[in-house]
Amino acid sequence: MQPQPKVLTVLIILSIVLFFGALGMVFLYAPLEAVMNYVQKIFYFHISNAWVGMLGFIVAAVTGTVYLVTKDLKWDIVELAAVEISLVFFFIAIVSGSIWAKPSWGTWWTWDARLTTAAILEMIYLACLLLRQGIEDPERRARFSAVYTLVGALSVPITFLSIRIWQTIHPAVIGAGSSGALGSFGMTPPMLNTMFFCLITFSVIFVTLLWYRIRLGQLAEQIAQLKIETLQ
Amino acid sequence: MKRFGPKIVLRGLDFEVHPGEFVALLGPNGAGKTTFLRILASLSSSTLGDVCVAGYRLPAQAVAVRARLGVVTHLPLLYGDLTAEENLRFYGRMYDVPNLGSRMDEVLEMVGLAPRRRDLVRTFSRGMQQRLAIGRAILHDPEVMLFDEPYTGLDQEACDMLDRLLRDVAGRGRTVVMTSHDLARVEELATRFDVLSRGAIVASTRREDLGKSNLLDFYRKALAG
Amino acid sequence: MQISSTAHRPPSAFLKAIGAIVWKDLAAELRSRELLSAMLVFALLVILIFNFAIELQPGLRSTVTPGVLWVTFAFAGTLGLNRSMAVEKDRGCLDGLLLAPVDRSAIYFGKALSNLAFMLIVEITVLPIYSVLYNINLFNVGLLLVILLGSVGYTAVGTLLSSMAVQTRTRDVLLPILLFPVILPVLLAAVKASSGFLGQLPMSEIWPWLNILMAYDVIFTAVAFMVYDYVLEE
Repeated sequence: MQPQPKVLTVLIILSIVLFFGALGMVFLYAPLEAVMNYVQKIFYFHISNAWVGMLGFIVAAVTGTVYLVTKDLKWDIVELAAVEISLVFFFIAIVSGSIWAKPSWGTWWTWDARLTTAAILEMIYLACLLLRQGIEDPERRARFSAVYTLVGALSVPITFLSIRIWQTIHPAVIGAGSSGALGSFGMTPPMLNTMFFCLITFSVIFVTLLWYRIRLGQLAEQIAQLKIETLQ
Repeated sequence: MKRFGPKIVLRGLDFEVHPGEFVALLGPNGAGKTTFLRILASLSSSTLGDVCVAGYRLPAQAVAVRARLGVVTHLPLLYGDLTAEENLRFYGRMYDVPNLGSRMDEVLEMVGLAPRRRDLVRTFSRGMQQRLAIGRAILHDPEVMLFDEPYTGLDQEACDMLDRLLRDVAGRGRTVVMTSHDLARVEELATRFDVLSRGAIVASTRREDLGKSNLLDFYRKALAG
Repeated sequence: MQISSTAHRPPSAFLKAIGAIVWKDLAAELRSRELLSAMLVFALLVILIFNFAIELQPGLRSTVTPGVLWVTFAFAGTLGLNRSMAVEKDRGCLDGLLLAPVDRSAIYFGKALSNLAFMLIVEITVLPIYSVLYNINLFNVGLLLVILLGSVGYTAVGTLLSSMAVQTRTRDVLLPILLFPVILPVLLAAVKASSGFLGQLPMSEIWPWLNILMAYDVIFTAVAFMVYDYVLEE
């Protein structure tokens, strides 16, 4: 196992620095929003996490397909890493969204398109992980995982669209509806700056975590190999 | 070479069979016989290395290979809820066998199951199922036949019948590769004996070259050496 | 008796193989009736449970009926999908299919079509029973169309996923977990379209849902058939 490459060390330091920077910006620099005050600040994290979740989702779908084409197990490790990390980030996004929703709309949950699709996506991730757990052969596990990620990835946009259509015909009973989320309050330049900074911060954190998780996956594979070799 | 993840099951096999040969593939459990046969049968693919059966490469020309291949494993690959006839008809259609009706009659006669053709396979004894399985395998008149432990679970009478069938099948110029634990039976049938141990072929001999020593000694020596 | 010596099989062999698989499944099922009776009994039980779980009072019935029907079909469907693949896997018959000299996608289409047939049989049987039990007229051409479109999408993805699930340790439990998140557009669109037809809403309101169903069917049948090889390899 190669020792931690310099770039990774730089990344993790950068992640930590950026994160504190983001905290600083959010709490000290960004102005208080008129209506929502401090609660609105969670929004920066909510959006950033959701963005990163989306990134992870795309990475998972793409690397899965690449694996199917190349049959190189390295891509499977990346896919698994992307799925796991995306799972966590989306979860944080959903929870932070909930925390934001309660004071704004009076409810923890709303069945709007984005939130519901995020929840369904979490289910797909969990299903993928459960699928992987039930298969011993690494090659088959990688193949099935890739196939399922692909199917899941294709279904999610359709699901989102369907719920959207459902909503326009039957507008959400509770709350102002999903489209209100970002546009309901105007973002002043300082707020926009904070938003972008947070997006960048979380993207860096995403890459760092992904890298670490990939290394972990490689390590696990090496151990499995050693185990079999010693037993033979 | 064949590996399942980090586990290497077959290594560096160089295996060549000439048309008309009857090769008995022997070896202890876990040697990789079944894995090897599955690769030849196009059910599995080798991790590294080229495989060529009946003149066609695997896996690129798998369809062509399968059309010329008949496989019998210790599982009969038959549908219990269908009759013997229906099973054969199904496989006949899958293999696009011409003149299916008369071919089915022929095969049922050959395996001695004509009187039971309308009975559900569920009601057959293991020996009868195995016979029907052979019928299924020869339905499309394959050039090459693979048998994986066909004698497993058969009683004496069924074994004898299987012997007769195998002789008949091999006698028509087909190429056969068979794995078996039953050295005595195999000694009578095969023209060549290969021993597979821990994923590699450790010994190979033709029947003529066995000479005075019997198969059991050859086998034991091969494994020890 | 010589088989053609070319490396490729005529296209009719492909269709013949699909037909053979469908015929085989239907013939076997006709004899044992295990699968159909299990699905049917299960579906009826689910409807019965719904009667107590959701008060299906006359006023509420028309709004709730499409949902109840589709949930029932979705759950009974998993039974059928599981059993259909398990039959092949358990007696090693899957190898028998894999040994046939046809493209692997023939197996996909064959199994998908027989799964579809079973599902449709169950649905057609449940409809009149539901009508009688809850005194609601379900004989509606639009509804039948929706059931067809929805079932096609369901079995297209379901056959692919059950082929995977049957090869894992957790088999039966895994299929619904894999299937339901991915099937949601079908369920949503089917329920909306069904209630549209039953409530005699104008076609303009029903079209979007039918479009979603058709798009889903086409996309996922195509994807499943392209990807099926990967699921059956070793």
